[in-house]
Amino acid sequence: MKSQWAILVVDDEDIMRDSMAAWLREDGYTVHTASTGREALELARKRDFALYFVDLKMPGGIDGIQTMVELKKLYPDPAVVIVTAYATVDTAIMAMKQGAYEYIVKPCNPEEISLLVERVIKVKNLQRENLLLKKKLTRKYSFQDIISKNQKMQEIFQLVREVSSLRSTVLIQGESGTGKELIARAIHFSGDRADKPFVCVSCAALAETLLESELFGHEKGSFTGAIGRKKGKFELAHEGTIFLDEIGDISSKLQMDLLRVIQERTFFRVGGSEEIQVDTRVIAATNKDLQKAVADGTFRDDLYYRLNVINIQIPPLRERREDIPLLARNFVEQISHEVGKEVEDISEGALKILLDHDWPGNVRELENAVERAIVTTKTRVLLEEAFSFLVNGKKEKKGFDIPAGMSLEDLEREAITVTMQRTEGNVKEAASILGIDRSTLYDKIKKYNLAR
Amino acid sequence: MKVGVVAIGSIEQRWSDAVERHIRAVFGFSTERLPPLDRVEFALDERRAQYSSSLILRELATLGPPAVSRVVGITECDIFIPMLKFVFGQAQLGGQIAVISLARLRQEFYGLPSDAELLDLRMKKVLVHELGHTFGLTHCTDRTCVMVLSTNLDQLDAKLDAFCGSCLGLIREHLGNVDHE
Repeated sequence: MKSQWAILVVDDEDIMRDSMAAWLREDGYTVHTASTGREALELARKRDFALYFVDLKMPGGIDGIQTMVELKKLYPDPAVVIVTAYATVDTAIMAMKQGAYEYIVKPCNPEEISLLVERVIKVKNLQRENLLLKKKLTRKYSFQDIISKNQKMQEIFQLVREVSSLRSTVLIQGESGTGKELIARAIHFSGDRADKPFVCVSCAALAETLLESELFGHEKGSFTGAIGRKKGKFELAHEGTIFLDEIGDISSKLQMDLLRVIQERTFFRVGGSEEIQVDTRVIAATNKDLQKAVADGTFRDDLYYRLNVINIQIPPLRERREDIPLLARNFVEQISHEVGKEVEDISEGALKILLDHDWPGNVRELENAVERAIVTTKTRVLLEEAFSFLVNGKKEKKGFDIPAGMSLEDLEREAITVTMQRTEGNVKEAASILGIDRSTLYDKIKKYNLAR
Repeated sequence: MKVGVVAIGSIEQRWSDAVERHIRAVFGFSTERLPPLDRVEFALDERRAQYSSSLILRELATLGPPAVSRVVGITECDIFIPMLKFVFGQAQLGGQIAVISLARLRQEFYGLPSDAELLDLRMKKVLVHELGHTFGLTHCTDRTCVMVLSTNLDQLDAKLDAFCGSCLGLIREHLGNVDHE
């Protein structure tokens, strides 16, 4: 269907614009028109066109070439055909240099236009097909909301499938943002407990006493504020799964209580005397090195071994960079829908920035970066500029590189020099930035013999 | 449905007659000869020595409904739209007006001996094609269908002077809707 492809004809002459649009409409295309470059850009901001016929000479401050340059800021590769009645070699070269798809002199043979349009649409069809295949690929590599084609991750997916219907405890380890909870959910929802509750508890979010009551529930009056009996998460997760996130942060008392639940499958509510029996699968996760915590004596070894029956180590994103394009495209699709912005894809240049980034915050950081780019972009395809914050951040970080052999005094001298330069010699401001008294700063300037 | 036929500029009457004959034969519509448009200078582009088909269409539009449902102009003038070197004909897509030109359908235009029969067949194809556009038909992908785009005479000669099955279906659907209205 040709009508799915829209063409924009930009010309200040009514008859030229309308007759060209009518001619293309007869060919089955959806055709829009604009009488100025500005109007064309306004229309292009709302939607991408398969092809732009732009007249070279237009009044109103923005000619055909400028219109094309602006279009290129909106879309990575717009098919712009520059149309002119006054052909010169210079303008042709300029148009092609600035990235025109084609440069045609009017009037031209109907056949020429017809072939040109056909050629562009063929390319557009291939591009669309490519995008669909990429989406298909994302689906191929996705497992219960987790997307990866990385070998290690594929092995994890396999392990998840194998253990999902067992009752064995699982310990998931990985840096922040690697998707530990998603793996826990995948285990739960692909196993035979899928229709039973999946209950999440972040162990680091609550104080010890609150966490205890949160996990095991409490009886009325067991502590100040316990105005009624409350079921704990273990009870709520009966026959289902409880996911204990950040398990490395719990106190030694709670470690003991947990060990008991895992071993005996029974516990007491806080302030209660009735033994509660549960059939709850435990999945724990941490970004800490639990083995080291055991060696340091801060984590019970018996609990560690109970938790670590099945161990899953999620690699950080920087060790599975091949997933970045898949994940980024998936986030674009998901987030643009959520925030109600019509962003369709991500350019190759932008992907390169993402591939070069180290992602200390892993997949979560990537998701946040894509969201930030979508929210701030004015284009339908995320271009390099949309991720400039990643590049700038990197540059700033580079400033903190410390050469080998630098002493603390050298570092202090450097910090003071740079701050004084930034404040243009304003000692009061520099002292405030450095977090020291003005008099201390004066002393240091004197000590290091720095120019003010 | 009645189609009005307008002779534009100097043109032998037999071509206007042929237009009427073809419309009746292909579409089964009645026809009516409208007053000719003798003076076409308004559409002349002196630099190109050609006539603007868009301006001719505008003029024909003033002769349209309610007297007739469609208006077809026929001319010997070489017609164009600004973007293109020439057009064989032009119509309002889904509208009421069409114009066709004999100029580039003639063998003589290309230095060849004249061929009245071939000219009549070519004219019929362009006429049916342009009238097809007024019924909302866009270019067909069937290479033999009269609605396929022909940008040169080889393509025009290669196609038939009739609609393919699906274009015919669309025309009938369109006419059915018109009758219903």
